[in-house]
Amino acid sequence: MHRFANPARFQRLSAAILPWSAGATVVLLIVGLYLSLVGSPADYQQGNTVRIMYIHVPAAWMSLFVYVNMAIAAACGLVWKHPLADLFTKAAAPVGAGFTFICLVTGSLWGAPMWGTWWVWDARLTSVLILFFLYLGHMALVNAFDDPQRGLRAGNVLLLVGIVNVPIIKFSVEWWNTLHQPASVIRMGGPTIDGSMLVPLLVMALGFTSYFVTVVLLRLRTEIVQRKIQTLRLTASQG
Amino acid sequence: MAEFFAMGGYAAYVWPAYGLAALVLVGLLAATWKALHGAEATLKALEGSRPARRRPRRNDAAATPAAEVGEG
Repeated sequence: MHRFANPARFQRLSAAILPWSAGATVVLLIVGLYLSLVGSPADYQQGNTVRIMYIHVPAAWMSLFVYVNMAIAAACGLVWKHPLADLFTKAAAPVGAGFTFICLVTGSLWGAPMWGTWWVWDARLTSVLILFFLYLGHMALVNAFDDPQRGLRAGNVLLLVGIVNVPIIKFSVEWWNTLHQPASVIRMGGPTIDGSMLVPLLVMALGFTSYFVTVVLLRLRTEIVQRKIQTLRLTASQG
Repeated sequence: MAEFFAMGGYAAYVWPAYGLAALVLVGLLAATWKALHGAEATLKALEGSRPARRRPRRNDAAATPAAEVGEG
């Protein structure tokens, strides 16, 4: 794993991967959007509002997935001081925050016509809002320090402390009485959702994932370039 | 076609949901792209303004290896 700590090697690897992840993103999202808006049925109870699910659920999955990735990277950064692990947490945070925001707002847009409310302080919605604050808090914390290394380390600790929120979010609909419905896909006994809806859901989720890979690689490349700029400026001022 | 845009009467909820997702994802990509290109341009400018190093390194027997330690 430490082979990839070499920035030059990472730049080569990311340059090789990026065209594929970008291409996959475009193809998957186009197919996913077609399936979501045209190629899937309306729900017998919810009508066409069910189409919001094809944005809301993949965004929710991504918000958790990105956080877990960041927490693993935080552990790697703290334990092994792997430099790319630290930079990954910084690069991924805005993407995770974006997906969480999309999840919350599309959830409200779905809840307003279906539940009769834009918001409720049930366990699922509240814990996801906390996840959103954790992302924002991480971004603010990392940028609050003059020394970037200390900022990254503080951010890593925050990520590890906040990881308890992830199982809380996942099991909130089982442990508490929530307005939010229980799991229909990732559950014991397999998915209860019909295939005609599961397929668009999975395609959109894959599209969001390849989007995440693309944007994070781009942001990591930017971080590495900015490090080079810092080094050059430092040596120029000392030379 | 009109039926498609009406979304069974739920257009006011469905289209803003898709629109917001598109806005956030495209916006984030655009900001990322802009930051990357800005940084690369700055790097190019900085590298261009550096004083030229002694050349050639490999054939110059008098070149000290210690001078290269601080690079990259």
